[in-house]
Amino acid sequence: MELMDKYLISWIVFLPLLGAGIILLLDGTRPRAIRTVALFAMIASFLVSIQLFLRFDSQLSTYQFVQRVDWIPAFKITYQVGVDGISLLLVMLTTLLGPLVILSSWSQVSDRVKEYHVFMLLMQTGMLGAFAAMDLFLFYVFWELMLIPMYFLIGVWGGPRRIYAAIKFFLFTMFGSVLMLIAIIYLYFYAGNDFDLIVIMNKLMAEPLRVNIQLWLFAAFALAFAIKVPMFPFHTWLPDAHVEAPTAGSVILAGVLLKMGTYGFIRFAMPFFPEAAFQAVPIISVLALIGIIYGALVSMVQDDVKKMVAYSSVSHLGFVMLGLFALTPQAVSGALIQMVNHGLSTGALFLLVGIIYERRHTRLISEFGGVSKPMPLFAAFFLIVCLSSIGLPGLNGFIGEFLILLGTYTSANPHAKLYAVLAATGVIFAAVYLLWMFQRVMFGPCSKPENQKLKDVNAREILYLAVLLVFIVWIGVYPRTFLSKTQVSVDNFVSFMHSHRLPELPPPAPAETGEEQP
Amino acid sequence: MEWVDTHLWTIPLMPLLGVLVHIFLGGTLGKKLVGILACLLVFISFGLSVVVLLRLLELPAEERHLLDNFLPWIRVGAFSADWAFRADTLSAVMLLVVTGVGFLIHVYSTGYMHDDPKYIRFFAYLNLFTFSMLVLVLASNVFLMFIGWEGVGLCSYLLIGFWFHDLNNATAGMKAFIVNRVGDWSFLCGVLLLFWSLGKYTGTYTVDFYEINRLAPELPAGIALAVGLLLFGGAAGKSAQIPLYVWLPDAMAGPTPVSALIHAATMVTAGVYMIARFSGLYLSAPDAMMVVATVGALTALFSATIALAQNDIKKVLAYSTVSQLGYMFLGVGVGAFSAGIFHLMTHAFFKGLLFLGAGSVIHGLHGEQDLRRMGALKSKMPWTWLTFMAAWLAIAGFPGLSGFFSKDEILWQAFSSEHGHWALWLVGFIAAGLTAFYMTRLVVMTFYGESRWPEHAHPHESPRNMTVPLAVLAVLCVIGGYVGVPAILHGANYFEHWMEPAVTWAAGHGGAEAAEHAAELGSHGLEALLMAASVGVALLGIGIGWWMYSRRRDIPEAAFQRWPNLYRWVLNKYYVDELYQWLVVDNLLRLTRLSGRFDLAVIDGAVNGSAWLTERVSAISGWIDNTFVDGAVNGVAEVTRAAGGRLRLIQTGRVQQYLTFAAAMVAIGVAGIILWPSIQPWLAELWSGAI
Repeated sequence: MELMDKYLISWIVFLPLLGAGIILLLDGTRPRAIRTVALFAMIASFLVSIQLFLRFDSQLSTYQFVQRVDWIPAFKITYQVGVDGISLLLVMLTTLLGPLVILSSWSQVSDRVKEYHVFMLLMQTGMLGAFAAMDLFLFYVFWELMLIPMYFLIGVWGGPRRIYAAIKFFLFTMFGSVLMLIAIIYLYFYAGNDFDLIVIMNKLMAEPLRVNIQLWLFAAFALAFAIKVPMFPFHTWLPDAHVEAPTAGSVILAGVLLKMGTYGFIRFAMPFFPEAAFQAVPIISVLALIGIIYGALVSMVQDDVKKMVAYSSVSHLGFVMLGLFALTPQAVSGALIQMVNHGLSTGALFLLVGIIYERRHTRLISEFGGVSKPMPLFAAFFLIVCLSSIGLPGLNGFIGEFLILLGTYTSANPHAKLYAVLAATGVIFAAVYLLWMFQRVMFGPCSKPENQKLKDVNAREILYLAVLLVFIVWIGVYPRTFLSKTQVSVDNFVSFMHSHRLPELPPPAPAETGEEQP
Repeated sequence: MEWVDTHLWTIPLMPLLGVLVHIFLGGTLGKKLVGILACLLVFISFGLSVVVLLRLLELPAEERHLLDNFLPWIRVGAFSADWAFRADTLSAVMLLVVTGVGFLIHVYSTGYMHDDPKYIRFFAYLNLFTFSMLVLVLASNVFLMFIGWEGVGLCSYLLIGFWFHDLNNATAGMKAFIVNRVGDWSFLCGVLLLFWSLGKYTGTYTVDFYEINRLAPELPAGIALAVGLLLFGGAAGKSAQIPLYVWLPDAMAGPTPVSALIHAATMVTAGVYMIARFSGLYLSAPDAMMVVATVGALTALFSATIALAQNDIKKVLAYSTVSQLGYMFLGVGVGAFSAGIFHLMTHAFFKGLLFLGAGSVIHGLHGEQDLRRMGALKSKMPWTWLTFMAAWLAIAGFPGLSGFFSKDEILWQAFSSEHGHWALWLVGFIAAGLTAFYMTRLVVMTFYGESRWPEHAHPHESPRNMTVPLAVLAVLCVIGGYVGVPAILHGANYFEHWMEPAVTWAAGHGGAEAAEHAAELGSHGLEALLMAASVGVALLGIGIGWWMYSRRRDIPEAAFQRWPNLYRWVLNKYYVDELYQWLVVDNLLRLTRLSGRFDLAVIDGAVNGSAWLTERVSAISGWIDNTFVDGAVNGVAEVTRAAGGRLRLIQTGRVQQYLTFAAAMVAIGVAGIILWPSIQPWLAELWSGAI
């Protein structure tokens, strides 16, 4: 069994790739076989990841199931993977969403089925690899690996403005990645020509960087990740990408890709440069707050349901960023759980929008009304997911938001209380835009003839929605299952951050940006 | 009976089972079984609540407190909250009201909703509501209470918009939810401040009610005040007090049993219950209590005046509910927690009955809700009439009925308690007179006088499953007050003594103290005088109302003619809804539109602008490159391209296949190389096993 442990993560990461290889050999005219292979590859990866979850020792804060293989010894580049309490849940989220998105595109994608599924599987490997990578070079490879399939998914299977959206997505992300690459290379040389995460961390702990170097490198990392999150004001690629992307693309984009940004902060940018991270707290917190409120305000005026959900992501991820930079155990735990929550709830919202789009070929709110009548089951799913996104206690969203608010409020930084109080208004706005949308789409008289004949969700759709619903309720009622896995790692992270500020320097007044809420 | 000590969770479990059964098996079971099951499960909860009551009675007064911590929930850093239920004397009263009145309303609903196509869903919601409400009253910590708190809000939203094909109903539901969210925001901020300051000033981070109440006196006065006010913001949302009361009248769009259960008897009283739950905290923040009492008194008066002029029978009752909730806040606000809860209980009886009676009338008149098209229903609906009489006299404060005892207790405490003031009493006193008047108006216009319904309406008495609950509630309206007969009437005020252990804290204690305070005033005579005054004003209100609406209909008409503007103001509820629309909703919409445009024009504009700029620059450099640098090579390139094109023709299709094959091999290869070592020993074992 020991040997199995060692390769567990590699199995999870590369099973989708294996599936992609098999699909490439299949005949493109037999879509059913292709879909089946893709589904099984995803399910297999998920099943292995359950093993990972069960065998993960929640008492340890170190990396577990580490596998290390020399890759390019000349440059000390290794293939090294492992998970700790921080990446574990994100790996689980990714493997869970994998089979669901394959199911969701079962009847939605009929064009170039082979390529589509190859890209989906390739992206899955890229994302899982990025979450598990313990070598900066490897991380960068996976990071770029997931970018390209997404570019094609939007550009080939997307909506009418897909080319614009795909290029915008690609350029935005590349812009950030390049800066990050420079910072990575700096760290490589600083650590004595080594990309190994542990080696770099040890070096940085032994000889911390000077504060202005920390700030520059932090900025390079932070920009790459902030674009990915996306934080205000780098968010405008998101609505375009979401609106144009096919449903599965949106689900993965919102569910996993955005988490890559927040994960990047907690895994690299913050622990590498603790002093810089602390100095950035005011800027990041204010931007996160703007994101929470501004994202909610903008999503209120959207007339396209998908665009509304896209902007709501800006708002929700604002909560995550606020929590991460509050740097208290509650807030960071909350942020981690909220990353998962957002993946589940927003993923489910995009799936639901996809279901209705497949039937009506429109997402304009004004085209609907009274849809509850022909689609009662769909209405029930939709409402529960909306409520989860609103943060109704008893469902997952509340746990994350509450812990973030609590942790932010009790954090030591001077304006934390104000941040928490302002962020809490997000709970009002979320109710406004989601319930208002729900009302206009689902309630009222069902007057349009094309809506009256809408078919309710079928068995396949019920299956993938129900899976998400189980976790939405599970986290809401008994989050301990998941929080207990992250607890030790989070505590460790928080105390590490607090104990590795640069002592001798009285921190210069952090550069408050003049950002006011618009 | 000790069994119940560790099985408090079975009480909310019953309705929860109902929800699950209705959702997953409702279709198979059929309407009749679903209805029976829904009622039965709530009745079992009621039985269990009675067991809790008996169990508490076994214990000595100061130990009447059961804590059932059955599931660890969240423990992160200093924050820890468990699934833990607590039954003390306060929650026992709430349990009995919620399950008892709830059961009666479930039974009533089997008749009222009989022909509704969404019958099963209705009972699923109703059971879900009961579950949430039970979690709310049993929760031992703020965090858990919030689950129930929002759960009841959700059910309210779902049930107000139950007939959602009419967009007005759906809008009313959304309004209720969002206004409540505003209150919740305040509540949440209060909880955050409370949690943080408890840690800072007492060293104990806790969300447990008893711990909070115990530690509250150690908080600085300013912080206790702020916490008290913020929490009250939440209560004002849930319990429809100024300035957040606007959602409740609209909430009457829901089916009438819902109005009775959720928007009169139980959910809307959650705010009052919450204040009583935090009694120790509020006793350490006297100024916050003053605000609670003042808002309560003003709400009582304000909405009583609106109720005077409404013509929709449910709207009158809705504003009356807002007004009565104001009384309850007046009670808890002056520290008379037991009196507030006492009124909460009697109000559940009489207002629940009034709504159910109104529902019976509406049912009998096939959906008519306008008082101006009712009248003379006494003989057509004898049971409804008779029970309605009991509720009417109870709410009007007729001596000897339940409402009289509870309301009088509040008024007396408002006057005599150390947190009270004569002005508070006066406001409550005037509102009491108005209450008697508008309720009499409603009764006369519904049951007496000439019939104003159309000939073909044929009003009929409601079926047995609707009238029996009415009768039970009517009995409770009459006798329910005798658990709290004050000393001055030679009663033992059993209710107050019962409540004492749950509302007595180091910071002071609610209820009993007021009596001592009064004794200091040396004025049993004063108490008697005030009681006589409230009886007087109640009888006066009834008398004037009766006389005016059965004999002299011309007087109100003339008054409307004389002061048309005043009438219009009252009829239109002082245009508060319009004010909010103009002040809040319109501005919010304006702000969102502005943000939307800003995002497109400025932020995305900057992105596209820089893209455009880059494109220009590269176009220019590209032109330079092409013209000067590349010109020389062009000839060669042309040749190559032509040749390449021909060659490609020959190989067409193949290349792609090769590429695909190569890519597949790479993918499998990479996966294989990495995964191989883990398969290999297994294969080897398999191999050796085979040999």
